[in-house]
Order: sequence, then C-alpha cells, then structure tokens
Amino acid sequence: MNQLTYTITKNAPLTADVYRMTLTGDTSAITAPGQFINIKLDGLFLRRPISICDWDEEGLTIIYKVVGRGTEQMSKMKSGETLDCLVGLGNGYDIAACPQNPVLVGGGVGVPPLYGLAKRLIASDRKPSVILGFNTAAEIFGDMEFASLGVNVTVTTVDGSAGVKGFVTSALKGGEYVCACGPEPMLKAVHKIASGGQFSFEARMGCGFGACMGCSCQTVAGPKRICKDGPVLTYEEILWP
Amino acid sequence: MPNLSVNLAGLRLDNPVIPASGTFGFGYEFAELYDINVLGSIALKGTTKEPRFGNPLPRIAECEGGLINSVGLQNPGVHAVIDEELPRLEKVFHKPAVANISGFAIEDYACCAELFDKDPRIGILEINVSCPNVHNGGMSFGTEPESAAAVTRAVKAVTKKPVFMKLTPNVTDIAAIARACADAGADGISLINTLLGMRIDLKRRAPVIANTMGGFSGRAVFPVALRMVWQVYEATGLPIMGIGGVSSAEDVIEMLLAGATAVQVGAENLVKPWACPQIIEALPAAMQKYGIENLSDIIGGAHHG
Repeated sequence: MNQLTYTITKNAPLTADVYRMTLTGDTSAITAPGQFINIKLDGLFLRRPISICDWDEEGLTIIYKVVGRGTEQMSKMKSGETLDCLVGLGNGYDIAACPQNPVLVGGGVGVPPLYGLAKRLIASDRKPSVILGFNTAAEIFGDMEFASLGVNVTVTTVDGSAGVKGFVTSALKGGEYVCACGPEPMLKAVHKIASGGQFSFEARMGCGFGACMGCSCQTVAGPKRICKDGPVLTYEEILWP
Repeated sequence: MPNLSVNLAGLRLDNPVIPASGTFGFGYEFAELYDINVLGSIALKGTTKEPRFGNPLPRIAECEGGLINSVGLQNPGVHAVIDEELPRLEKVFHKPAVANISGFAIEDYACCAELFDKDPRIGILEINVSCPNVHNGGMSFGTEPESAAAVTRAVKAVTKKPVFMKLTPNVTDIAAIARACADAGADGISLINTLLGMRIDLKRRAPVIANTMGGFSGRAVFPVALRMVWQVYEATGLPIMGIGGVSSAEDVIEMLLAGATAVQVGAENLVKPWACPQIIEALPAAMQKYGIENLSDIIGGAHHG
C-alpha cells in the first residue's frame, strides 16, 4: 500500500449518475484487477473506496456512481485537481486461478473492475465473455469498451429496454466459472448457479487496509475483512448471511 | 536534543505515542508500512475470553470530524491472541505492548488478565469497562463506580503488571468512576473510550449502523477527551493515557499538559495510516516551539495551584 497524490486528467459523466475519472501518478502498488483505491476528500473524515477500472504505468481509471456526499463531491472535481489516495488496496482477482473461458458478470457500478480483469485475462491467453446487467437502457455503460477488446458482450436490463430482459442470471446457462462484481443479491443469485469463480464484495469501510474490522464477513475459513482479505472472495469460501 | 521519553507506571516509553486499541489490529498491517518500533507502545485489539465475530454490518458511519463504529469487539479470543497473534507481533515489534481486555462478566476480565500477566510481551493491561455486564441487565461496568471498582479489584488480584482502567465518557461524573478505580488499586486510567452516537440514512429512513448506535471518535471528540483527562488528573493523580481525537504533535502536548503521561492515537490511524510516526517526527519541533526540553516535565503542567 502507498499513500499518493494523483492528478485528475479527466472527469466526465458516462450516464446520468456514473462518472469516469482518469488519474495520473505512480501505480506500482497495484498488483491485480479488482483492487481499489481509498480517496481522501475535503471535509469528509473517512476515505471513499472506489474500485480500479484499469491502470497502466502512467495512471489509472476509476468509474464511480454518485450515491452520496463523497461521490457527489468527486463528480464536481475538475481536471488538474489532485486527490490523496491510498493505493494498492485489497485482494483482487486471481488470473492464474481462472480457466480458459471464464464468464465475467457485472451489475451496474460493479462493471468497472471487470474491464481491467478482461484485459489481463486476454493478455494471459484466455477468452473471457462478459455479461453486463443494468436496470434500464439509460444506465448502460462500458459495453462498447468490452466489445473493443474483442470479447463477447451480453447486456441485460431488468425492464427489457435493451439487450436480454431480466437479471444477469437470464444470460447464464448455469455451471460456468464466473468472475462477478455487483450488488450482493446479484452475487448471491450468480453464486447459486455458477460452478466456481471469484466474487467481489462491497462494504462500508473504516480504514480500507485491514486495521479496524469495520467490514468483516463470515466465510467458510472464518471471519475475513472485505477490504484486506477481499474484496474478491473465492466461490468456495463464501457464506451467505 | 528534546527528550520524548516518559515513564508510564514504571514502563519507560521512548515517546508517549501509542496507537489506540481497535485502530491498529495486532500491529502487523502497519508493520508492512513502517517500522512500528518507532512507537512508544501499541494498544492491541480488544480481547475477550472467547472468540467474537462482532456485530452485523454496516459497522461504520461517516460523521463530521470522525466516525461511528460498532465493530462489537471482533477478536479471536485470548488464547488465540497469545498463541497466534503475539508470536506474529513479536517478530516485528520489540517493546512491551498494551493488552486490551474486555469482558461481559467480572470472571472474564480476571481470566484474560491472568493469562496476559504471564506473557513477557505484555507490559501493561488496559481494561475496557465500557462493555455491558450480562449479570447486571447489560449495564456497562464503567457507568457505576461500584462495578468499575469490582472489575479493578478482580484484575489486580491476578496480575502484577500495571493495570489501566479504560473508561467510557458516557457517564455523568467521570471523576467519581476514576476515583473508584483508583481506590480499588488501579495503576492508571485510560480515557476516553468512544462517545455513544448514531446516524440516520435519509434515503432509507433508518439508522446507518446495523446495531443502531455505535461509538463516535475522531478529531471532533478531542475537547471532550481533554476535559475528562483534566478532571481525572485532578481527581486521582494517577498516570493517564489520554485518548480521543489526537491527530498532531500539538494535540499530544495539549493532552500531556492536561495530565496525560502517554497519548493514544485512534481514528486518525484509519484515514492516515502513517499518522503515528508523523506525529512522533513532528514532536521535537513542536516541543522546541513551546520551549519544552523533556516531555515528562509538562505532564499536568496546565494545572496550577
């Protein structure tokens, strides 16, 4: 983990309430897709954890949804402003554990980390396919970016306004190895029909680096911290409350 | 060269800065970030007789100048702490640590204290009396002088190590509780624990914290903590570990002037992981600015007459 200052190079909306922000700075602490950064914002005590969408040597991209004071403040920031971040946090997706054809399943603002994962799976000679779930057509983002990686993309919407009507599970046969990120009900539904995989969880965090036990969950292997032992947990270790 | 060392109930600390229990785990997450031997000591994660998973999530809520937590004393239990956590800590930390003990019955406290008493890696026992007493309708041990004194006596009976009673601020008369602990043989007082608070999520129209209420800490509580350190110093004269909202070298000096011998840094560690070493590094310049040669000279220095 590092504490670093990043400079915003771009911050623009993708939909009504989802923004993409690009940051330049040292990314050497990032070791796996699915990791997150923890952002200090003026006037707020706790940092805000946001998953990393993608990164290279020069910087990183985050995609976030405006859900409260922190993300609202972020949405108003301009290029050239700086952010104090803890970086290299969390246990991300394990590429080596993925089979040849994993299915990446993202729901809403759970989609972004799967992009960095897809790129690295392809780089390691795997052929992922992608299922992206949204409530409605107006909320869709990221589908074109995945398509440009050459992966097969299926979009689902709950109201049927685009793609397959229904939840992401409508596009799964069952029995697949899945790398998932999204709201907990989605993760649970996907976990139920998958044969294996890796699932990224979200939680209100205190520190983001394993010190406060604010985001613990029960697993087959005992209590784990979403921030440090997760956010990505394996299919086998997950226990649903 | 300014002298940062203090003598805390017989234990010589290189400096008075100690990360507070519950914000530092068992130390080794931070040992990945910096050499934790720069710290005066470490107050370990609150330990109970049996393992505890703690409270349901969410356990954390944002507040102005701090946070509310309702972790619920998640810990692996005293036996696992001694057999698994302390051996790991020992590899990266070479000073006596502060064991923090919680219990739900007086026997629980005595059981943990007896086990830690035998452990050479532990220098001080810090007894958290903010927990509910299951044999007394769930009333916190720390809210009545008699029950706080009873815990003190039970712990003192089984250990020769210095015993610091960690007091809850959620009381009418902190001095009366501290005096009861002092009369029962406490070697020192740690304060304050968190202030009971809550937040409501406007969208859900429901409490943010799953357990409704939690403990508020962070910079905002500093004046309350300082006031209580002041009162307890006047009431008991015992060595004090001052806790609550400490985030700078100036805060450390202020706490010492109020009567603290050492200072614990809590919530600040969670948002600034390097907070403790940064405070320790900033102390010499701050001491010089206020004409302090030895930190130990200023303990209680703002009390006149």
